[in-house]
Amino acid sequence: MTEIVESKIWVFVEQRQGRIADVGLEILGKAAELRQSVQGKVAGVLVGSNLDALADQVLCYGVDEVLVADDPLLADYCNQAYVKAIEAAVKSWQPEIFLLGATAMGTDLAPRLAARLRTGLSAHCIDLHLTADGDLLSVVPGWGGNVMARVSCPRTRPQVATVMPGVFDLPEAGEARGRKISIETGLQQDDITYRTVEVRREETPKGGLETAEVVVAGGWGVGTKADWRYIEELASVLNGAVGATRPPVDEGWAEEHGMIGQSGRTVRPRLYIGVGISGHMHHLVGLKNPELMVAINSDPNAAIFNHCHLGLVGDFKQIVPALIETIKSYSSTQ
Amino acid sequence: MRTIVCIKPVPDPKHWNRLALDPKTKTLIRKGIPGTINPLDKHALELALSLRDKQGGEVLVMSMAPPDSGPVLNEALAMGADRAILLSDIAFAGADTLATAYVLSAGLDKLGEFDLVVCGDQTIDGGTAQVSAQVGEFLGVPNVMHVTAVDVTSSGSWLIHSQIEHGYVVVEIKPPMMLSVLKEVNEPRYVTLMNILEAEKKETRVWSSNDLELEEPWIGLNGSPTCMVDLFVPEKKNKAEFLAGEPREQAAKLADRLHRSGFC
Repeated sequence: MTEIVESKIWVFVEQRQGRIADVGLEILGKAAELRQSVQGKVAGVLVGSNLDALADQVLCYGVDEVLVADDPLLADYCNQAYVKAIEAAVKSWQPEIFLLGATAMGTDLAPRLAARLRTGLSAHCIDLHLTADGDLLSVVPGWGGNVMARVSCPRTRPQVATVMPGVFDLPEAGEARGRKISIETGLQQDDITYRTVEVRREETPKGGLETAEVVVAGGWGVGTKADWRYIEELASVLNGAVGATRPPVDEGWAEEHGMIGQSGRTVRPRLYIGVGISGHMHHLVGLKNPELMVAINSDPNAAIFNHCHLGLVGDFKQIVPALIETIKSYSSTQ
Repeated sequence: MRTIVCIKPVPDPKHWNRLALDPKTKTLIRKGIPGTINPLDKHALELALSLRDKQGGEVLVMSMAPPDSGPVLNEALAMGADRAILLSDIAFAGADTLATAYVLSAGLDKLGEFDLVVCGDQTIDGGTAQVSAQVGEFLGVPNVMHVTAVDVTSSGSWLIHSQIEHGYVVVEIKPPMMLSVLKEVNEPRYVTLMNILEAEKKETRVWSSNDLELEEPWIGLNGSPTCMVDLFVPEKKNKAEFLAGEPREQAAKLADRLHRSGFC
């Protein structure tokens, strides 16, 4: 490829069916911050088909360049085809750092790409730093989030990392700037090693949970569908929304669109009350800066108590009804 | 049909408080902590066994692990795998995901043709979820991750359901392939005492680096491009203020705080 690409920090801006995943933009925001310490440039990498409008959109997020692999063969995600397209660009323009969201797509694409390039990959990063020499230090949760590791990739390039959705703020779109550059993919039909026959996504409008001032969330500790009504009633008396961790959704107590966290929604309430929630990172990354964070749990050692302002230890089936009753008495005296 | 299930012995989570970091190699010291089969790998094995139940063929388990991992492989043999292969060599120690996937793919290469390689989507220890796609890449076969359902059609192609954010995709794919599964894919079978006794008669073969075709610069700690700089326990910045008393008293105190903050 004859064009010159100056960016050394590349961010994969994931899109599926023409919709950009927030995490790609979140990482672009962080990359812009990292760029300042190394005087480097940042590129967004878009892969898919019919990407003109999306490329314009990416140019509004502070990138210097957007690299576009636009090919009908890339319309549906197929990891080997995506790897081949990205590999062509990496080999031509040699980025130092390549970041992707730790999504269903990113966690599949990144390891395949890193193996193709024979370079190092760190997974599910919750923070990124650059050393004075411009080396990437990734902060990676392990052992269920009980331990964090700082991981580097000293000998090979690019340094590849996947970043958890929601850990960096979603930047505001600004004026479009930067250049669009095409990646020549060189793809052929037999690079598509599996065929997508169906994509099913639950379309839930934004709003409700995401904009609620009060969120009452329940976890595995709630125990039964019957007792889930305590969560709903507490949310109701506080005029709040109901949230959940994954187990209540899997068990059918809570709605899928109520799931907060890595594979669910990101909420920014003023008040968060977590009931029967142990405090796994996968859930907590979906909760942004609550003014007041309260946890109710029977286990005084639950990890959530390390993250919240107020802790109540005991049986929620005794605490929550009493709480509901008292809150109701306040509203009736007003 | 021939399926190979890659499993990983993981330190039993009940003993994670005994984990330590080797200050020199910066790898985790797991010595003395009992191992168990990584939970999602049991779902992978169940998938292989249920396919064998329907279509016949052979199920092998393979693991790259320390030499004392026999009991964990026996768990898999007791569940119903036909035989086991342990890739074990001091030269493999300290491997990151790339070096691990490289050695596993060399082991799979030595086994010859297969229809399916399957493993759990993620381990409970490192939890990087990287090895399956990397094995697929090294073997040059397609891989699908986050698998929640597998249908084998009469035409010989497979329909794989794979979880994505707020939904799923279905892809059509032909063997050979590498899949990594989520727990939704099935319910692993129970192991009986009879199964355990039968497992003792089954073969576990150990292969060292000499048994595999490997390029030395790509194995073990030295072949690992990533480097764990250090481990730390996350800062506990908002250690909760606990509200004291019986449940009713705690509830009253919280209600008062919520009231004073204007939430009710």
